Amino acid sequence: MAKEFDLNEVEVWDGNYAASQALRQAQIDVVAAYPITPSTPIVEGYGSYVANGYIDGEFVMVESEHAAMSGCIGAAAAGGRVATATSSQGFALMAEVLYQASGMRLPIVLTVVNRALASPLNVRGDHSDMYLGRDSGWIQIDAFNAQEAYDLPLCAFKIGENMGVRLPVMVHQDGFTTSHKAQNVYPLKDDIAYKFVGEYKPVDEMLDFTRPVTHGAQTEEDWHYEHKAKQHKALMDSRPVIDEVFAEFSKLTGREYKRVETYMMEDAEVALVLLGSSVESAVLAAKQLREEGIKAGIIAPRCFRPFPYDLVREALDVPSLKAVCCMDKSAPGGAMGALFNEISAAAYTTSSRPLISNYIYGLGGRDFAIDEAKRIIKEQKAHADAGHITTNIQQFSGLRGPKLGFYETRRS
Amino acid sequence: MSMTGSVPGTDKRGIRELGGEEKVGWDAVQQGVVLNSFEGTTENSAFLKPEERNYADFNSYTATVASWRIIKPVYNRDICIDCQNCWVWCPDTSIISRDKQMLGIDYDHCKGCGVCVEVCPTNPKSLLMFNEAADNDDELAGWPVKEKKAK
Repeated sequence: MAKEFDLNEVEVWDGNYAASQALRQAQIDVVAAYPITPSTPIVEGYGSYVANGYIDGEFVMVESEHAAMSGCIGAAAAGGRVATATSSQGFALMAEVLYQASGMRLPIVLTVVNRALASPLNVRGDHSDMYLGRDSGWIQIDAFNAQEAYDLPLCAFKIGENMGVRLPVMVHQDGFTTSHKAQNVYPLKDDIAYKFVGEYKPVDEMLDFTRPVTHGAQTEEDWHYEHKAKQHKALMDSRPVIDEVFAEFSKLTGREYKRVETYMMEDAEVALVLLGSSVESAVLAAKQLREEGIKAGIIAPRCFRPFPYDLVREALDVPSLKAVCCMDKSAPGGAMGALFNEISAAAYTTSSRPLISNYIYGLGGRDFAIDEAKRIIKEQKAHADAGHITTNIQQFSGLRGPKLGFYETRRS
Repeated sequence: MSMTGSVPGTDKRGIRELGGEEKVGWDAVQQGVVLNSFEGTTENSAFLKPEERNYADFNSYTATVASWRIIKPVYNRDICIDCQNCWVWCPDTSIISRDKQMLGIDYDHCKGCGVCVEVCPTNPKSLLMFNEAADNDDELAGWPVKEKKAK
C-alpha cells in the first residue's frame, strides 16, 4: 500500500511538480517515459514517488518518445491507468502513436509542457507541439498556471475515463513560464484527490483472459470510416462530460473551470483570444485599459479539443463586440493562425460578426509583456472605430526587423 | 470450404468470405476497433482444439481467404512420416496436426507460399505445389516416385 504524502494546505510548486503530484494522487499504474526539456521533472517526479513508496506503480524507462507512447498504449490496453509527459521534439516523435491511442479509445493522460519545434532547435515555450496534436483525436486541455497544472490532470482522468468518452486527454502547460515558475498551489489531500478521480475501470482489457480481444486491428475502406466517425462523435460528445467534471471539481475545491474562459466580455467592444500563460498577462492588460475607457475583454479556450465552437460563439455573441484579435503562439506554416481560423468560423455564425485579425507571437519563448498586449488591444479599438481592419489581417508581435504582415480587408 | 484433409466437425473455420460479414453503421461498430476472439467468455481456450472453440465473427479463423491463393500444396498421407516440419514452418498455421499426426491443409487460410514443400524431408516429398484449379485426387494418383541417388 502506498504511503500518504504529507502536503501543506498551500505549497510552492512549479507547474511540473504540480503535474507530477496530480499523477501520483491519481495512482497511475504505469508511466512509460523518455525525458525531454522542459517536461522531464513530471516523470522524474513520478519515478521518485515509485522509488520512495508513495505509489504502487511501474515506471518504465524506454528508448524514445515513440516507445513511451507505445508502452502507454500497451499498458492501457492491458487494463491500467496510464500517463506520461513530453514536449516538443518528443511530442513530434510520439505523433504517430497519438493517433493510435485515440483510435483505440484508451484514456491515457499526457501532460504536455509546450515547447517550440525545431528547426532552429529551441527549448523555450510556444504552442507548436500543442497545435501539432490538434487533429490527433485527443482531448486537449490547457493550464495557464501551476495551480491549473495540478487541477487539470485530476480532471483529465475523470473526463477520459468516463464510460461515454474513453478517449486520451492531453493537459498542456507552457514550457518554463508555467513549468518552471514556482507559484502558490493549493493541493487536495491524497484520499480526497483519489476519491475525486475514482477507481480505474478498464474496458476490453487484455488481461481479462476469459474474454480474449485484439486491440489495434486493421480496417480498410469498408470499416475505417465508421470507426473514425464514431470516434469523432465521442470527442464531440465529451463536451458535456468536461463541463460536468469541471462542475464537480468546482464543488470540491471552489476553483471553477470552463471549456472557454471569458474575462470582462459582458460589455466588451474589443477582445483578445489566446491560450496558455499569456492569458493572465492579457487579462491584466485589459483591466488596465478599462481604466482608460477601452472596454476590453479576453477569451481563452481552456479546451482546445474538442474545439468549443458552441461556447466560443456564445462568448463572441456580445452586441457591443466590434473587433477581436486571435493570438497564435505557433508558426502558422503558410496560413492564418489556427486559432484565427477556428474563432473566425465560430464568429461567422454570430449576429455580432466582429472584425477578426490575427497576431503571431511568442515563438520560441519570445516574451509577451503587458505593454504589448495593451498595444494590440488599442489596435483593435482603432479597427472598431474605423469599422474595418486598419492593418494587415495577419501580423507579427515582438518581431525584430521591418514590419511583417499579410492580407488586407477588401474594400470597394 | 471442404477439401481433402480438412478436419471434420462443427467447425466455424472459413464459414464466410473475408469481408463478407454484416456491415453495420458507425453507431454499431465496436468501440476502439476491439475485436473479440470468441463469443461470450471462455475458460482454458488454450487447451481446446480450434474446432472446439466458439470463435467470434471477427476472428480471422471464421473467414476464408482461399481466393488469395493461385497455387496450393497437396498432401500425400502415404508418404508422410509425421515429422511436423511443415507444421513448425507454416507462417499461417495452416497445417492441421493432432497428437503429432499430420491431418492435412487448412485451405481456408493457406496462401500457397510453398514453405511446407520446401521443408518436407521425405523422398518423394509428401507435399507438392499444384495449380489452384488442379484436382487433388488426380495429382495424388500421379504422385512422383522415389528418386534414386545418382551413382
